[in-house]
Amino acid sequence: MQLLEYEGKQLLSRAGVRTPDGATVSDPGEAATIAAALGNQVVVKAQVPAGKRGKAGAVRFADSPGEARDAAAELLGRVVGGFTVGEVLVERAAAITGELYAAILNDPASKGPLLLFSTEGGMDIEEVNARNPERVRRLPVDIRAGLSQAAVENLLADSEVPAAAREPLAETLVTLYGLYREADAELVEINPLALTENGGILALDAKIALDPGALARHQGTLPRRSGTGPAATETGLERQARELGLQFIELGGSVGVLSNGAGLTMTTLDAVHHYGGSPANFLEIGGDAYTKAVPALRLVLGNPNVRSLLVNFCGAFARTDVMTEGVLDAIEELRPGIPISFSIHGTGEAEAIAMVRDRLRVEPYEHMDDAVRAAVAAAS
Amino acid sequence: MLTTRHDAVVVQGITGKQGSFWTERMREVGTNVVAGVSPGKGGRQAAGVPVYDSVTEAARQHPIEASVLFVPPMAAKSAALDAIAAGVRDIVFLTEHVPYQDVMHVLAEARDAGARVLGPNTAGLVLPGRASLGIMPAFAENIFRPGSIGVVSRSGSLGTLLALNLVTGGYGESVFLGIGGDPILGTTTLDAVRMLDADPRTEAVVLVGEIGGTMEEDAAGYIAGMSKPVVAFIAGRSAPPERRMGHAGAIVSAGKGDGASKVATLREAGVTVLDVPSQVTAALAERGVLPAEVCSGT
Repeated sequence: MQLLEYEGKQLLSRAGVRTPDGATVSDPGEAATIAAALGNQVVVKAQVPAGKRGKAGAVRFADSPGEARDAAAELLGRVVGGFTVGEVLVERAAAITGELYAAILNDPASKGPLLLFSTEGGMDIEEVNARNPERVRRLPVDIRAGLSQAAVENLLADSEVPAAAREPLAETLVTLYGLYREADAELVEINPLALTENGGILALDAKIALDPGALARHQGTLPRRSGTGPAATETGLERQARELGLQFIELGGSVGVLSNGAGLTMTTLDAVHHYGGSPANFLEIGGDAYTKAVPALRLVLGNPNVRSLLVNFCGAFARTDVMTEGVLDAIEELRPGIPISFSIHGTGEAEAIAMVRDRLRVEPYEHMDDAVRAAVAAAS
Repeated sequence: MLTTRHDAVVVQGITGKQGSFWTERMREVGTNVVAGVSPGKGGRQAAGVPVYDSVTEAARQHPIEASVLFVPPMAAKSAALDAIAAGVRDIVFLTEHVPYQDVMHVLAEARDAGARVLGPNTAGLVLPGRASLGIMPAFAENIFRPGSIGVVSRSGSLGTLLALNLVTGGYGESVFLGIGGDPILGTTTLDAVRMLDADPRTEAVVLVGEIGGTMEEDAAGYIAGMSKPVVAFIAGRSAPPERRMGHAGAIVSAGKGDGASKVATLREAGVTVLDVPSQVTAALAERGVLPAEVCSGT
């Protein structure tokens, strides 16, 4: 769950990392008021949970309250990185002497936290890494021991960081690691982490993603993502699915897909493509979601482009008889007037196949590929 | 990790609905479940075995080699640490939605203790004809039967489909390793492939991956040097970018971890990459691995 920049900066300030003075507004007039109060040049930044805002023209400099108002008016309501801008952050432009990059993230390779640091801040770190991997320093951390100031100072020892900034910088990196731990973050990335006169450190941006699995133990202590809400591309059916707690994505094709488990569902879509068809949706009803078969099927059929339905179950933990019963109840209730092909294997398959035969007078396919081909043929 | 049927298994969270249901299934296929653990419920019996308050206590009464965790996410860290402290060598970490930092703590302890963790968010391990540690349909004879193909899968449902295709085509499995759908895993694709390469029962490897992360790419260097054939299916190649498809790890971002990059890297390493799972048997035959007589379990 990625936080908006200003939400991340609230966490940074609370932890003791300096950020520029500023405020978040949702109205151009308020942007002018804030700019007047801050004085001098300000930066107006669109608040969306997406990267590359600078390249998208979503970060504007303004030399007067009037310019700040105009910048805010242009950004508010625009779609940036797939999200509609609902708020802008107006901040005092900072006088800086250097731009650094710092991040702490969960590293699959070392199976622990990893500190990344580069003196080439302000850039796309993937590009820096691709061009000059040695310019990105890496420090794996033993999560039980934590990150020590000494380890960070050692990492910075022969870097280009000015001597006067090294100690405050090391302190800041240790603070960022502390924030990562306390908030159960998946990622704390500051790019750029700016150097100012006299060895000062200032976080000009904040990209913080929280672990959704850990939110339960942070009730009330972390910002709630409110800001800009869901992706601007979210469709009406996707919104309904989100409210139901179902994973549903509309894909624009004509074969409706109902499957269990993320891996199998992606595979079902791949197979529809492979046999020349085009899937209408991603919808996973594994786990506990099989109890939501009726609303799930309603979503799939709610798409007017759907011309056939493919039900592909392969039960490991998920019991195909339970899922199939839910789907058959839903079919009997909703009576879709389109061809349906079934492929059912794994836990509970004998009962599930018998149920389909008895209740729908339809014969499930023995091979998944045949069910997919039939659904593709029926939709074209 | 390649447990034999004699290895003693403890089930943590055995008194829960899923814990007791799947313990019975595991025992049906010959798994040597010797005890269960459920804090505060020690002294009872569940699914035909004695229940203890902790693995440490269970280990005083039974020699225990492996543990299977049916424990809720917020209790999973202490349960896994209990197993490690009790000297358990193999931990099958089924729980989904465990906080990642808890997982990293467990994995650091496990590494120091020399214990191996499969998962979290895995469907488990199957040794057809010998044992099952987890929630795979090991009892289904059309899906699992003893053989020489080692299967590595992130997904339980998709792994089941590949196993089904293998058995339908006359093959059997030496082992099914569900490594899990999370981004941080105790046994990565690379770790799993190494294990199967070293396993004398395994003649060829079927790798079932998916978009997101770089685990398949990270294993490619090792695979390139293997003499056992490797066949792979990568799910989600047709998925639109930047959309999360269920598994926490299955998101393609910043041009990394997409299907095209995985397929290209694996092909370069000499892997036969399938377009659909049903091609698996033809691909194995092409690589000189033919269906064999059913092997006997140990």
